[in-house]
Amino acid sequence: MSRLTAVLSAVVFGIFLVSCSKNQPVSVTGAGSSFDNPVFTKWFEVYAAVDTNAQFNYQSIGSGAGQKQLLNQTLDFGASDAPMTDDAMAGAPGKILHLPVVAGGVAIIYNLPGGPKLKLDGETLAGIYLGQITKWNDPKITALNPGVSLPGLAIIPIHRSDGSGTTFIFTDYLSVINKQWADSVKKGTAVNWPNVGIGAKGSEGVADEVRQLSGSIGYAELAYANQNKIPYADMKNAAGQFVSPAPDSVSAALATATIPDDFRFSMVNAPGPNAYPISGPSWILIYQNQGGDRGKHLVGFLKWAITDGQKISPTLDYAPLPAELQQRELKLLDTVTY
Amino acid sequence: MQVVAFICAVLVITPLLLVFYHLTKLGFSSINLAFFTQLPRAVGETGGGMGNAIVGTFILLVEAAVIGVPIGVLGGVFLSEYAAVSVSWWVRFGADILNGVPSIVWGLVVYALVVVPMHGYSALAGGIVLGLMMVPMVMRATEEVLHLVPGGYREASLALGISKWRTILQIVVRTALRGIVTGVLLALARVAGETAPLLFTAFGNPYWPRNLTQPVAALPLQIFDYAYSPYDDWRRQAWAGALVLLLLVLFINISVRVLTRERWGAKP
Amino acid sequence: MNTAETIITRATPGAGRTVIGVSRFGDRAFEWLTLLMAFSIFVLIALIGFELFRGATPAIRKFGWHFLVSGTWNPVDGVFSALPFIFGTLVTSAIALLLAVPLSIATAIFLTELAPLWLRQPLIIFIELLAAIPSVILGFWGSYVMVPWLHIHIYPLLRSTLGFLPFFQGQDSGPCILSAGVILAIMVIPIITSVSREILRSVPGLQREAAYALGATRWEVTRIAVLSYAKRGLFGAVILGLGRALGETMAVTMLIGNVPYIGLSVFKPGQTLASVIANEFTEAITRLHTSALFEVGLVLLGVTLVVNALARLLLITFAGPSVKPQN
Repeated sequence: MSRLTAVLSAVVFGIFLVSCSKNQPVSVTGAGSSFDNPVFTKWFEVYAAVDTNAQFNYQSIGSGAGQKQLLNQTLDFGASDAPMTDDAMAGAPGKILHLPVVAGGVAIIYNLPGGPKLKLDGETLAGIYLGQITKWNDPKITALNPGVSLPGLAIIPIHRSDGSGTTFIFTDYLSVINKQWADSVKKGTAVNWPNVGIGAKGSEGVADEVRQLSGSIGYAELAYANQNKIPYADMKNAAGQFVSPAPDSVSAALATATIPDDFRFSMVNAPGPNAYPISGPSWILIYQNQGGDRGKHLVGFLKWAITDGQKISPTLDYAPLPAELQQRELKLLDTVTY
Repeated sequence: MQVVAFICAVLVITPLLLVFYHLTKLGFSSINLAFFTQLPRAVGETGGGMGNAIVGTFILLVEAAVIGVPIGVLGGVFLSEYAAVSVSWWVRFGADILNGVPSIVWGLVVYALVVVPMHGYSALAGGIVLGLMMVPMVMRATEEVLHLVPGGYREASLALGISKWRTILQIVVRTALRGIVTGVLLALARVAGETAPLLFTAFGNPYWPRNLTQPVAALPLQIFDYAYSPYDDWRRQAWAGALVLLLLVLFINISVRVLTRERWGAKP
Repeated sequence: MNTAETIITRATPGAGRTVIGVSRFGDRAFEWLTLLMAFSIFVLIALIGFELFRGATPAIRKFGWHFLVSGTWNPVDGVFSALPFIFGTLVTSAIALLLAVPLSIATAIFLTELAPLWLRQPLIIFIELLAAIPSVILGFWGSYVMVPWLHIHIYPLLRSTLGFLPFFQGQDSGPCILSAGVILAIMVIPIITSVSREILRSVPGLQREAAYALGATRWEVTRIAVLSYAKRGLFGAVILGLGRALGETMAVTMLIGNVPYIGLSVFKPGQTLASVIANEFTEAITRLHTSALFEVGLVLLGVTLVVNALARLLLITFAGPSVKPQN
């Protein structure tokens, strides 16, 4: 029996080795943000018909990991919802370009008996995650939600345990809104969370914990909340309106953002009556100098994603890029050397 | 006391039964032909399978065997046939130490040694880490089995004028072959379920494996990925994948027990 | 050249020297080959130690001893200390042992002394199969089946009955130190049971017979003649289980809650040396963060090496090389 298994293994392995040598599609590897994972997998599926010679392998391991592995040059591209810091870029072996590909909203998801629709604002959210507001029937919450009966349940705040661009957008927003947060916890893909609640891996992990734990609250991309039909809150924006996260409200925030030439910008707490305050762009990061064939396929994909791909984004709850931004990015892509 | 001991014994085997029961309940319905033959679909689409992960695991195991078996078996031969007692004590001790190294540490080391210089994750790195993990397991198992071959066989062979190395290969190892295969299979079953080292080496890949220098999917990695995805379809596939992996591992373990019991007549 | 040819050429004058020369070369070469393969063990150990050390050097240089005692793990400000993870690792392992050791030893006694013969082999097989379950599967099952059950049925019970103890205070969210401890217990039970079984089997029958002759009851025989005699070996089995628990990664990562924490309540989430590496390694961007994680790996390696070495020494001095700890 063992001889037969050995022969079979050798045969299969041999077939595999032989197939290695035939003409194969070029394989482009990327990783990073779980924020973009839904739209990326859809894009790759559709793009396979446009460029039949390339295969895109994307693993959603978190924005921090995307940046780190790009710096280590173990990836062809990274995807991150947090821009790379100047320090990080200084340590890179080449110039790195930021290309915004989508913008999305971070939904504040929660688990309460009866699944009521809640309204929250930045100060309350900061209070919850700082451990200052501990029960759902706290006066600050009930004041924002007249007519909703809130139980005396303990609040369990869930945060990301891995390095996450979603965390970056969330903490960016809290830093802008709440001075204590800005001084103590600050913003980042991984922060020193106050000692409340638990950490979960990936947006998937956060969504999962929220679904299982009564009284919990968390943050995740809108797509995950909708996919799992987890209730999320309407947030009070800079104009004083309570807005739901949706492609429209995120687009409204994006429209008011000032975008510099290197495309690194923040759009939290954007002005405007319809803007959703906890929104952020998500970038694909590449080196300006792409060696060879893979680079051509990668840039080809990016040009498609920034233009044609934008028609697909709203179906998955992302905000499309405005036409003017698309043109600026195409110009930047023209500077890529091979 | 008898009752207490009996209850403890029952409690001890309960988790195995529960795990099996829940995996079957949650995963069996998702096991179909598509599961074994198709690639994962895009997020939110139904259907698709883990075919690439199953093939990926198979490839990684073949690579691991290519590395682990020669080094492990030959090392075991050295321990059993050539080594002085003190030397073999140290090597055995070292092998036991290596067996105790957490698998995530193995992953870190192979990441630094293979993935970073290669500028990329690869099936090669994944196979290397699993193969290296197998070496101490196979070595210890081989040594023990070779010890069980009666000394008379060796002496008779040498008396006939056969050189020592051929005695070892053609007489001793061949006699112990079933036991060695057992040891190799158990080691393979053990590394087949490893996830942590693959996080930093094989990386995962939604396509069929084609090239050893590219990242590759693997069953435990895919299970880990899908287990926490927010999509019901993927989660069901994770349960199915877990069931398949568990069955594979249990199958190897059970057949190994059956083989050795016949041969050596071990008493409980 | 086959055996017959060898014999014939040996018998032929003149040809002998060449043949002996060839087989001496073959023997030498083979011996060297196997020696090289065996010594790969040392090469691997050195490689692991070297790579970890190399990766950890920046952090070692920056933090020195504080890395082990200062208590803050803050990637944002660049302050790192492994203390919360050492704490998490020790506590989860302690819980695992507290739960596993009585169960394992009782089961080992059952298997060697009490169980009817027809039951022994199937039970042994079951226990060894439990050991074969991959960690990720136990983590997955633990996460979706065991933890919700514990969270709903067991933890509130513990809180209400034992809540006066600081260990059982505070609200839990399911994944927590206790949950991780329970799954670790499930993972170390097989190894402690099988090694204990070997130990108990190797206790000479004379010990039991002498105790019976003195009028001891069955339990007294087990307690006095067998368990006391086997103390050191059993202790070795427990330490072996500890070694397994310390390095366990996947199942713990999925059940522990992933927050660096030091405190008394087992209902709180925590983090272990292995789980922090699994969580943060792929994304540590700053060189210091990466280096700190390598240093965590070094600490983990050091701890598991010491514990495993201790266990092996105990087992060898108890029963000699005849007792083989199964892996």
